[in-house]
Amino acid sequence: MSVLVYTENWEGKFKKSTFELVSYASRLAEMLNTTATALSIGNVEKNELEKLGSYGVNKIINANGDGLNILDNQAYTYTISDLVKKSGATFVVLSNNYTGKALAPRLSVSLQAGIGSGVSGLPLSVEPFVVKKRAYSGNAWAHLAIKTGIKIITLAQNSFELIEKNQGATIEDIAVQLDGSLVKTQIKEVQKQTGKILLTDADIVISGGRGMKSPDNWGPLVELASLLEAATACSRPVSDEGWRGHDEHTGQTGKIIAPNLYVAIGISGATQHLAGVSSSKYIVAVNTDKDAPIFEAAQYGIVGDAMKLLPKLVEAVKELKP
Amino acid sequence: MKFLVCISNVPDTTTRVKFTDDNKKIDTSGIQWVINPWDELSLTRALELKDDPSTGIKSVTVAHVGLSGSEPTIRKALAIGADDAVRVNTEPEDAFSVASQLAEVVKQEKYDVILCGIESSDHNGSTVGGMLAELLSYPSVSAVSGLKFEDGNAVISREIDGGREILTVPTPFIAVVQKGIAKEPRIAAMRGIMMARTKPIRVFEPISVTAYTEVTGYEKPKPRAACKFVDPENPGQLIELLQQEAKVL
Repeated sequence: MSVLVYTENWEGKFKKSTFELVSYASRLAEMLNTTATALSIGNVEKNELEKLGSYGVNKIINANGDGLNILDNQAYTYTISDLVKKSGATFVVLSNNYTGKALAPRLSVSLQAGIGSGVSGLPLSVEPFVVKKRAYSGNAWAHLAIKTGIKIITLAQNSFELIEKNQGATIEDIAVQLDGSLVKTQIKEVQKQTGKILLTDADIVISGGRGMKSPDNWGPLVELASLLEAATACSRPVSDEGWRGHDEHTGQTGKIIAPNLYVAIGISGATQHLAGVSSSKYIVAVNTDKDAPIFEAAQYGIVGDAMKLLPKLVEAVKELKP
Repeated sequence: MKFLVCISNVPDTTTRVKFTDDNKKIDTSGIQWVINPWDELSLTRALELKDDPSTGIKSVTVAHVGLSGSEPTIRKALAIGADDAVRVNTEPEDAFSVASQLAEVVKQEKYDVILCGIESSDHNGSTVGGMLAELLSYPSVSAVSGLKFEDGNAVISREIDGGREILTVPTPFIAVVQKGIAKEPRIAAMRGIMMARTKPIRVFEPISVTAYTEVTGYEKPKPRAACKFVDPENPGQLIELLQQEAKVL
């Protein structure tokens, strides 16, 4: 029995969310009286791999091989599944991000392992093994018992703290021999946005709704975001109108985020919107309608016109950070 | 080319859910049931593609795992434009049991492209599509925000952190679909509603499956503390509170 955590890399680098995931896996291992191993796939330098050791794993598997340079869900599932079996791990932890959502269900079938997805913390109980997960789009938490021998958990992003603990991890290099016919995904083109703070990575998110009135009014909101090193987001009507891109849409059918601070400007706070942001630690609302449901979800609010208030908030932040 | 769209029957997204039976079951009284929003977008895209004769799509079938009570939702999918439907006659137990039933349908009926929504708005699992793919040993692409055909080959956009990838996979494949695949869900027209009444819903009896997981109970999120209002004449006070009280700046 041990815990294996899949640590995805982005062009050879890990993110803060990776270290949160490793911290989680280590705490889970402690609860189970066992050890945690990190699994990295693809080209990652040794000094980057060593960073994983600062968060409580005592072994790092560094797997590499032809065919693993792009995410082919079948090839990755085959590789991870094989390594799980060889390592004897009985708990597999992944992030509930795009990659985790793509791989965890395939691994579930391949390992005959029940899956708790979008889990927000350590298990409620170990025997039986019960986790707490998001349900009804944020309107409830489900207690889910996983009844299989091997168990898979995908951890909701921004739901666990970094916990430093240096175990002096060893790195084991594994050369994966992949059957080339397994890789069926062919990437034709990669379109990347650069220089933008990713919504799912951001500690602070500034979000605009219909109350912004026009796509031309976004200047001060973007300025506020850049002063606070925040990501920008929007409500569904805004992305449907094409005022902002779909990648900024937060809400039930858009991105589900959990930043430390979510600032909703001119967003009324319909159930579908709150479903995407209700796990934020703090919600701030700026809205002209004092009865808007967003104020029920918010800890701080200002009733007023966003167009008038945004420049003043920008000034106040500038005074804060000279 | 045959398309299959898997649909889930979920409470309308504005529902304020309540629980009964010692918080073990959802209280279904007064709930409006709808097609899971991501599945509805998948269906919309499948029909848009079928409308274009160059894609060579012959049929769009919807599949659902559930008892007869969910037939109104299946009829909605037929009214929107699906050609026919398959219902596997069993109460869904967990994601694995649903995926196993769907896999059986696919094995019998054979489809070239299978679309699943990336999650359902009730269990938020994001698991059925990937499980189905592994059960069938089909390639799968997740977080699909675009699907088109060029010279008979599927060209897929997949969302990645901070961008997207354009890729191809051979048929048969499973696309796990998210927002962006279609602009707005297609709405049933009167003619479609009339036609849906006579479209076939074929009922399959379930295979025996042991579920991997079980919901043992629900809890409601804790209500948040009341909102603290800041004077709109002095918005700087908000920044102060965020820095000194909430300590998030």
